Amino acid sequence: MTARIQKKDRNARSLALAAVSAVLAAVAIGCGTTYYEIPIETPIQPKMDVSPFQRVLVAGFVAGGNDEIDANQETVRLLRSQLRTKSQLKVIDADLLPLMEVAADSGGGAADEHPSPDNNVNSTQAPGVSLPKQIKEEKDLEPYERLFANTAYWKRIGEEFQNPLIVTGTVLFSPHSRSGYVQRDTEMYDSFGRRVVRPTRMYMERKGFILRPKFVFIDGRTGATMYSESYREEILYNAQQNTPALSSYFELMDRLVPNFLSTLSSQKIKGTRVLLK
Amino acid sequence: MAARAALVVALAVAFVSPTFADARNDAKAQVEFGINVAQRGLWREAIYRWEKAVEIDPTYAAAHNDLAIAYEHEGMLDKARKAYEKALELDPNNQQIRQNYELFKEINDRTNPEKGS
Repeated sequence: MTARIQKKDRNARSLALAAVSAVLAAVAIGCGTTYYEIPIETPIQPKMDVSPFQRVLVAGFVAGGNDEIDANQETVRLLRSQLRTKSQLKVIDADLLPLMEVAADSGGGAADEHPSPDNNVNSTQAPGVSLPKQIKEEKDLEPYERLFANTAYWKRIGEEFQNPLIVTGTVLFSPHSRSGYVQRDTEMYDSFGRRVVRPTRMYMERKGFILRPKFVFIDGRTGATMYSESYREEILYNAQQNTPALSSYFELMDRLVPNFLSTLSSQKIKGTRVLLK
Repeated sequence: MAARAALVVALAVAFVSPTFADARNDAKAQVEFGINVAQRGLWREAIYRWEKAVEIDPTYAAAHNDLAIAYEHEGMLDKARKAYEKALELDPNNQQIRQNYELFKEINDRTNPEKGS
């Protein structure tokens, strides 16, 4: 009797073992976890058709927000050098257009000679609107927006430079500070002396800059806006850290330049992905 | 009683596994070949292999993930998004698929700025 029970137990155990092995095998078949890292290059099609143009004029920007750097000049210089190396278009070297003066002379942007339905609202605005001399914040830029809808002015500029693609817009580069709790990874040692990294929340006062550019692309043959896009990037440092405004400006522009270029020419964005088996 | 239950499980696994394993093995062979050619830069061939793999076994999350990567590399961003979403639907807890998808979305969002006109 005892022998029969023992034999029955052994059979049950071996059956259970077989079942567990079969399940594990099926799981192993179903969930292979081998992976391979692979570099990829994602091609991005240009957002605009620039095939009618051989030349590009980075005309200048209505800029402000910070007295330490001339955001207009720096933006023009940076975009021209990027376009020279990373686009097919020939970059026109010309003096910056005095856009703020042009806007002021024409009373917040000259009235359009041939108003289109798109800019009717702008052109009905009475000339002589007062424009802020100093641009400190976003609302100071608003009255200048009308300048980009002034097709007559841009057509004239286009004729002067043999009908290029014109790049203009606004750039606001302003100081910014923020305080509050931030999460940081902190390195510490546990009771066994092992190094561990734990997220900790701490109160910090931080200061930095916000960059808000708006790029406007104008057809130099007609003076009409073809495309425009706005961005916002910010950077914050420890309040004690003293980072020059110019290096922050370039750091922020560095993030935006690929987006700007992808408007005009196809770009390849490099990255790494994980292939699974 | 325990023995009977174990027997039922063993039999169920034994009957179901071959059919499941056959499709999965065939799909896996295609996936492996695809990985091989993708590593040599032959992405079109990899796409062909991985499309075949998802056709053989539509529940194979890794195949959908690999296909999404290949579509991304070829600039077929809509197809890539769908393939990533399918992979995540099949295996929602897979961190590698999720990470691939997050990186893909970052590029995709970057190329579609919030205020374009």
